[in-house]
Amino acid sequence: MSIMKTLLTTAVGLGLTAGIAAADGHAKTITIATVNNGDMIRMQGYTDQFTEQTGINVEWVTLEENVLRQRVTTDITTNGGSFDIMTIGMYETPIWGANEWLVPLNDLSDDYNVGDILPAMAGGLSHDGTLYAAPFYGESSMVMYRADLMEAAGMEMPDAPTWEFIAEAAAAMTDRDQEINGICLRGKAGWGEGGAFITAMSNSFGARWFDEDWNAQFDTEQWANTVNFFKNMMDASGPAGYATNGFNENLSLFQQGKCGMWIDATVAASFVTNPDDSTVADSVGFALAPDNGLGKRSNWLWAWALAIPAGTQQEAEAKQFIEWATSTDYIELVAANEGWANVPPGARTSLYENPKYQKVPFAQMTLDSILSADPNNSTVDPSPYVGVQFAAIPEFAGIATEVSQEFSAAYAGQQTVEQALANAQEITTEAMEAAGY
Amino acid sequence: MARAITTKQKVIWTALAWAFGLLMFFPIMWTFLTSFKTEGTAIADPPVWFFFDWTLENYTAVQERSNYPKALMNSIIIAVGSTLLGILIAVPAAWSMAFVPGKRTKDVLLWMLSTKMLPAVGVLYPLVLLAKWLGVMDSRALLIVVLMLINLPIIVWMLYTYFKEIPGEILEASRMDGASLRSEILYVLTPMALPGIASTILLNIILAWNEAFWTILLTTVDAAPLTAFIASFSAPEGLFYAKLSAASMMAIAPILIMGWFSQKQLVRGLTFGAVK
Amino acid sequence: MATAHSRSAARIMIAPAVFLLLVWMLVPLCMTLYFSFADYRPLRATFDAWIGFDNYVRFVSSSSFLRSVGTTLWMVGGILSITIVGGVLMALLLDRQMYGQGIVRILVIAPFFVMPTVSALVWKNMFFNVDNGLFSYLYKFLGLQPYDFLSQAPIFSIVIIVAWQWLPFATLILLTAVQSLDSEQLEAAEMDGAPVLSRFRFIILPHLSRAITVVILIQTIFLLSIFAEIFVTTNGAFGTRTLTYLVYQRVLESQNVGLGSAGGIIAVILANIVAIFLMRIVGKNLDN
Repeated sequence: MSIMKTLLTTAVGLGLTAGIAAADGHAKTITIATVNNGDMIRMQGYTDQFTEQTGINVEWVTLEENVLRQRVTTDITTNGGSFDIMTIGMYETPIWGANEWLVPLNDLSDDYNVGDILPAMAGGLSHDGTLYAAPFYGESSMVMYRADLMEAAGMEMPDAPTWEFIAEAAAAMTDRDQEINGICLRGKAGWGEGGAFITAMSNSFGARWFDEDWNAQFDTEQWANTVNFFKNMMDASGPAGYATNGFNENLSLFQQGKCGMWIDATVAASFVTNPDDSTVADSVGFALAPDNGLGKRSNWLWAWALAIPAGTQQEAEAKQFIEWATSTDYIELVAANEGWANVPPGARTSLYENPKYQKVPFAQMTLDSILSADPNNSTVDPSPYVGVQFAAIPEFAGIATEVSQEFSAAYAGQQTVEQALANAQEITTEAMEAAGY
Repeated sequence: MARAITTKQKVIWTALAWAFGLLMFFPIMWTFLTSFKTEGTAIADPPVWFFFDWTLENYTAVQERSNYPKALMNSIIIAVGSTLLGILIAVPAAWSMAFVPGKRTKDVLLWMLSTKMLPAVGVLYPLVLLAKWLGVMDSRALLIVVLMLINLPIIVWMLYTYFKEIPGEILEASRMDGASLRSEILYVLTPMALPGIASTILLNIILAWNEAFWTILLTTVDAAPLTAFIASFSAPEGLFYAKLSAASMMAIAPILIMGWFSQKQLVRGLTFGAVK
Repeated sequence: MATAHSRSAARIMIAPAVFLLLVWMLVPLCMTLYFSFADYRPLRATFDAWIGFDNYVRFVSSSSFLRSVGTTLWMVGGILSITIVGGVLMALLLDRQMYGQGIVRILVIAPFFVMPTVSALVWKNMFFNVDNGLFSYLYKFLGLQPYDFLSQAPIFSIVIIVAWQWLPFATLILLTAVQSLDSEQLEAAEMDGAPVLSRFRFIILPHLSRAITVVILIQTIFLLSIFAEIFVTTNGAFGTRTLTYLVYQRVLESQNVGLGSAGGIIAVILANIVAIFLMRIVGKNLDN
């Protein structure tokens, strides 16, 4: 049986080589878990320079966002110790920091200049005033629109539009025959996808997730207005499958010229204005995320940040890496090689004071968007939670994912908005009760 | 079933079978084609079939970004290792259940199958905690053992059905001749059962190769196989169909090629057993 | 027939497998059982070892529970029927004499070699996607409005993906069964002028019954735990949450290990009921 023999020999052979490979260990190697976004991938390309400077080797574990969350959360809650640095967001950082699962970043070197980190970012990545993760890049959300289509529709985008104007412009730009949708927005289930968008949007409609006693608020008029407005506008002017579209799907649509407007993460600005990828690169305009005149806009605040799990054996080396990757030097390194439009945005004040960066078309709008989001005061009526498009409590991710599933089903026409809201109310109440609120 | 048929009939069956075959294969074919396109061509409307500038840039890009050889190596070691370990344990068990059935044999068989019904995620925390306690996280050995245990019931079941087909009289005869248990297994049983064992091996290598829950959650760097490699390409920012296709082809090509070469084995092995 | 000697040898030989599976089953299962009675929420750093049956009550009484059981049955049932019917037809077809039989077989078997994650990604993005998927081009080519499969026919879409992966498995097993069919008997029936359908009904189908049993049993086990296909395509939205997916949401997304463990235990119990049920109906076929 030759096939068996082959298999056996291969197995034995591989086993031997594996054994040899394992014995050849390195003295100083840090392991980093990260998300597969463009800026992170780019950073991996420059890791060699870090190794050259410091002699520290870096092993990358790059995973898609959802898988990354599972992996690092399981690791941190079981004290698994698999990683020396984890890439986490603004949602996880304060919760993990409060549990003392992260190494506080309060002793970074003077050269690093912690004070330069944008206050909104530093605030969102801290617990009780202690920084637990350093932002690699930060983002808010804003309107990206096609100036050419806008002009053709005979309209002009103000710097700070209202939702009413957006809906009107979307309808005017829509041209089904040309496959142009007036507006593309996230409808995909998941707390970080459609959930994040509708939550940020609800802020501008005066809605909130919880009242001050942690009671779910989906039975309020404000939420009904939010979801109905969203669905009506998208049914009239959105792409056919918007209930399954997330960031990525909308990005490709916009790059292909199939969207008149797109309200999403500010980091997308560098993708849609990059002529290599985008067919509409030279006709993109930017504006602040819309509002309803209630004093809150519908933009969110997020950062992908690097944190060190408590208990790592390589704390000093990990800190060295974080200082390198989130420094102004790194930003300049990227700028020198790939141009200022491609540097990781939204983390440092000095970047926005740099005249070279100010020439980048979306720089000012990004900064203004970030500055207009306040995680500590995100809703019109007072709310007990921190966070703009999320509530920084451990239960939120689970609840919001289920709630956004209900919304997606409503977008797809499988249930009415009223049903979706009623289900959302039930899910949230049930889960909060289970959590002991 | 060799029956005389006319050429015309043969042509009709050929056409029909090829049509279905190509239909089943089409998604893989399409992925293959897409992996050689640029991102722009990949989403061209109308779709482009064969006549485009074939490029290897996606493969280069994927290769640059990740350690493919290492992931491939891990996949091979884990899939082959867990299968062989499983066979080693399952052959005696299946043998004795097939030839020396006791009162409880059926129950044991059913029970074995029921162990497969634990939803993986339900035992995630227990297993991670255990692995950590034993200090074996991110090791190939851990994955070999875990995947072996996951697939053991299937291995036992498949072997059991194959062994059941072997006529008992032959064993009786060899016992009459005074063959020891060891030589009975080695010289009488094994040759007869080999095709069945071979196809069990192949099938389980495939199952282990494709396992994507434990292989991601129990590994970081050292033991991460191709499933983890795929997880880093599944939804990056921007256009990604072509790169995803390239990564997908790299992940499935080895097993596809192995399947290609062992196709006859797979069919013949099963012919012998499983089904009368 | 068996001697006392071989009987004890048999026991020794079963022992490793049984022992390993026992350990494999009992250790994590006991831990899961233990957690299922605990208030274990790692993100809150909460661990209260005994809260009685709270988790069970909560899991079962939640409105998503029954729906998820229904979804699971629909999905598994749909996939099983497609793969069995398709597998029988495909096996009969592949058994015919034809040109290039080996290549056709490989083409048909190939989907089985594709990782679930990969096939879900490929189907989702390159076929079902309403803007850039091939199906949309097909619809447009035919002058129809593109159809958003994943939100309008979510369960159907997932059934298609999974059936595509498992049809080769069914075909393989059934093909080998078809090949061992007694051709003389068939020819005799053909001579007697028995119509195709009754030949199929009275000769082929009974012959295949055992193979079909094996396919149903093995596939059910795997299908009850499909995860990647749902995770990648709909994320559990549009009523595609199966019991396995619900447990996943409780454990990993809500980080409520106690509640999820209770769900896991319930899933094991239900799966065993299904298995016993299956064995009752089809198990007899295994004996002959």
